[in-house]
Order: sequence, then structure tokens, then C-alpha cells
Amino acid sequence: MRNFFTEARLLLVGIPVFLWTMIPLYHLTLFAISPKDTAFKGKLWPDDPTLRNFEMVIQQKHYYLNNFWHQMWNSLVIALAVGFITLFVATAAAFAISRLRVRGGRLIMNLALLTYFVPAAFLALPMYKAMAVYGLLNTQWALIFAMVAIATPYAIWVLKQAGDKLPIELDEAAIIDGATAPQLFRFIFLPLMAPSMVAVGTYALLLAWNEYLYAFLLLSRDVDTTLAVALGAFLSADDSPWELLMTAGLIYALPPAAIYYAFRRYMAADLTSGSVKS
Amino acid sequence: MSQAASADLSAFPAAAPAAGRMSSWQNWGTLLVLPYLAVFFVFVLYPVGYGLWLGNDMQSYRELFADDIFWRSVVNTIIFIGVGVNLKLAIALLLSGFFAVPRWWIRVLGLLFILPWAVPSIPTILSFRFMLNPEWGVINQVYYNLTFLDGPNWLNNPVLGLTMSIVVHIWKSLPFWTLILLAGRLAISKEMYEAAAIDGASALQKFRFITWPSMRQLYLTCTILSMFFTLGDFNSVYLLTGGGPADLTHVLATLGIRYIRLDQVDLAMASIICALPLMAPLMVFMMRRLSK
Repeated sequence: MRNFFTEARLLLVGIPVFLWTMIPLYHLTLFAISPKDTAFKGKLWPDDPTLRNFEMVIQQKHYYLNNFWHQMWNSLVIALAVGFITLFVATAAAFAISRLRVRGGRLIMNLALLTYFVPAAFLALPMYKAMAVYGLLNTQWALIFAMVAIATPYAIWVLKQAGDKLPIELDEAAIIDGATAPQLFRFIFLPLMAPSMVAVGTYALLLAWNEYLYAFLLLSRDVDTTLAVALGAFLSADDSPWELLMTAGLIYALPPAAIYYAFRRYMAADLTSGSVKS
Repeated sequence: MSQAASADLSAFPAAAPAAGRMSSWQNWGTLLVLPYLAVFFVFVLYPVGYGLWLGNDMQSYRELFADDIFWRSVVNTIIFIGVGVNLKLAIALLLSGFFAVPRWWIRVLGLLFILPWAVPSIPTILSFRFMLNPEWGVINQVYYNLTFLDGPNWLNNPVLGLTMSIVVHIWKSLPFWTLILLAGRLAISKEMYEAAAIDGASALQKFRFITWPSMRQLYLTCTILSMFFTLGDFNSVYLLTGGGPADLTHVLATLGIRYIRLDQVDLAMASIICALPLMAPLMVFMMRRLSK
């Protein structure tokens, strides 16, 4: 009996949590599988579900979606570039600070934190002006570098915490064998840090894929922008085909969800463990 | 790895002085932090400095302070952060207890629960926007079916619009903080709870005397970090209400974009800099805590 009440109480929390999480996502999906004129009828399931919207989006059969695949490709290229550059920059820095104990390492960690104390939306405008000065505005490099600048501090923080946990004896043994700094990096640090690096790379990749504001500010030409900006452009029009927007949005949301689930194990362990320590 | 290391022994005879090795390590260290320093100086420090310099015109502050929309945004920002952060973290703290319960279905629910955080803002916030549409949105249709009354015009009312932006903000960022607080909760030793159970402590007492004291510091850190993230949340307001109706739901994060659209770059910079007095004390506090 007591058991039953415990389960009932848990369900009393679980059901609202489930509905709260899923309703907007379900609504998005519902739009995507509804024919144009029935999407607005407020039904919980369409009378005649259809994949026609997907067909329209995939074949780019609307002038709003002329560059759909191209923009999807842009999103992908930019996200991958941000993931790899962040990983490169952050791993090198974390190794230097955590294992080589470079002078000023602490100061660099504090500088890195400074980035987060300028809220993202506030950094966007100065970044926009600075990119214009550098001549990078309206090139994809502007968005890539902006995202790398935003992703690296957390990446370094997580990798440094993980690096500190590796036993120092490993390095000492290798040093006795005559290992140089690059060898320590290549043969000890990299293999042992692989899980954390997967977590950090995924984090940076998702950050870039999902970004809207910076993409919208830094890229303006249709052929350069990411899918996020293209979808945002629907908003300013009166005659937007909403069911296609929702379908394209659903397609756009699938890769990050899939990537998250693929690397979930690493992400949960590494991205949160760093935070709890403080 | 020992093979590779010993293969290279000849290149670094044991006679190499230790001091030489240390300084070579420092050189490598410096070389390896350079890429990050370059990114930081070029894409963070310079833009911020340049922004401060651009916002250094007193005239633009006079204009800014004369704009009612600015003051409205300041008030909205304070409400958005005050309500958004505290409500979100309180719920996250409670939910972290729920997700810590070992049940297969709670684990599955936890997997789904993360989705709002993992997927992009654009499609999900637009989904909210359509649900809230007064004429054909699903929320008002359900409301009509239940009461035969027309529901409110959610996004055309500044109070409801801001409230819904906070709801969307919480929907989007709740999973992240729940996960962090869950990690903190799981780090508390089980023995304390077992001992308390033997002493006959109630669930509330366990929370009050074990969970909360262990998590207070983490909770405070999360609150402050979340304030920075919330202050920088552009999407929840911009994609839901666009700052409307009549620019009455803007927050400081979206106000800058509004001025840019009006071609008032000076005002945009000035409005951003106006958030500094709010952030500076938090920044110092946070730096001290995190660099401990």
C-alpha cells in the first residue's frame, strides 16, 4: 500500500513534467504532419496526417525555402568548424594549464570566465562592430570565430578540471623515460582525455548549430546564412507558410537531438562534473 | 606509449639538465595557450573595449534616458531575471530530487526532459508562439471548448507577453539547471540519509538538514551564473513577442537590436552599457567564488 502511494506521488510529478516538456515539441510535430488548412483547427491529431510538408521542404518547393539544403549545409559546416576549432584551442590551453602548469594559468582561467560575465546578447553588438573592423562581416568566419570565442571558456574550464584528475604519476613516469611535452600531450593526455573532448566538442557543435542571434547579426546574404536565420526570416512576412516553417524547423531540430543522444553519456558526466566542484 | 617514449630517448639523453626541461615546458605551455589568448583578445576583449569606446558619448545616454521604452525594458529585465531565475532554480532544485529517484520510467523521462535544452530555440519558441495565437492557437481552442469563452490575446498584452516569455525561458533552460543540481545532489553521501532514516527523520527534515546545507553553495553559484545567462537571453523574448506589443515587452537583451534596426547604433551601445552597474558586483562575487 505504501509502495502504491509512493508511485502515485511520483507519477503526480512525472506526468506534468512529461506534458510540460513534450507539448511544444508535439505541437511542432503536429504542424509538420498536418495539411495546410487543418493545421489551425486545434486538433490533437490530424484527420489525415500527411508527409506532404516534408516533401515540399525537402524539394525546396517554396520560394522561402529556395536555399534550404544550402543553408542546412552552412549550418553543418559552421557547427563542425566551431566544434573542431574550439576543441583544438581549448585542449591545447587546458593541457598547458593543467599538466604543464604554465605561468599565468590561473589568470588565463579567470580571463576565460570573464567572457561569461558579458551576457551573450550584449556581446553580440560589440562583436558585430568588431567583425566589421576586421572585414569579416558577412563571411562565415565571423560566425565561426564568434562561436569559438563563446564556447572556448567553458570548454577550457571543463577540460582543465578533467585534466587535473589524471594522476600526476603518469607524467612523472613518462618524464623519467625522457618524454617531451608534445609526447606527454600525444601519448598520455590525449588518449585519457578523449571522453571529455567528445563532450566538449559536442557542446561547441550544438551551441553553433542552435545559435540564432549571432548568425542573424553576422551573416546577411541568403547563401551564407544558417538554417536558423532562414527560419527566423519567416517571422517578418505576413504570408508565411507556417506549416512549412514548422516542418523545416523540425528537420532543423533533429540533428542536435540525435547528436545529443549519441554522446549523452559523455556530456552528462563531464559537463556537469566540472560545475559541481565549485 | 612507453615504446614511443623510449624510442625517443636518444634524442633526449638523460644528461639534459632538469632546469632546461622546465623552461622548455614553460615554452611549450606558452605556445599552447597562445591560440586561446588570441581568440580572447581579438574576439572578446577588443570588441568589448571597442563597444565601451563607442558607448562613451554622453549625448547618447541623454537620448537613451529620455526614451520611455528604455525604462520599460529596465523594469522588464528586472522582472524577467527576478522571476525567471528564482522560479527556474527553485523548480530545478525540486525536480533534481524527483530525477534522483531510481525508477526505470523516471530515467526514460529524464532522457526526454533534456530535449528543450538540446534542440534549437527557433522551432520550439515558434511552436509556443503558434500555440498562443488568440484565434487558432491550440491553447485558446482548448480554453474555448471548456468555457465557451474567448481566451486572452496572449502576446498582444504586455503583461501576458512578458509572462509567456518567462515561461518559454524556463522551458528552455530548466533541463540544464536540473541536471547540474542533480549532479550536486548525487554527490551527497548516501550514508547521511541512511543515518537520518534510522533516526526517523521525515522527508522534509532530510531536505532541511542534509540536502539543503550540502547544496546551498552550489545553488548560489547556479543562481548567479543563471542571472548572466538570463540577462543574455535574447531568443525567449525576441522570437516570442518580438518586443511587442508597442515595444512594451523588450528587455535589455533585445533593446539593443531594436536600436540597431532603428539605425541608432549609439543608443544600442549605451543601452548595453547600462547593464554594467547591475553586472559588476555579481562579476566580482563570481570571480572570487570560482577562482577559489
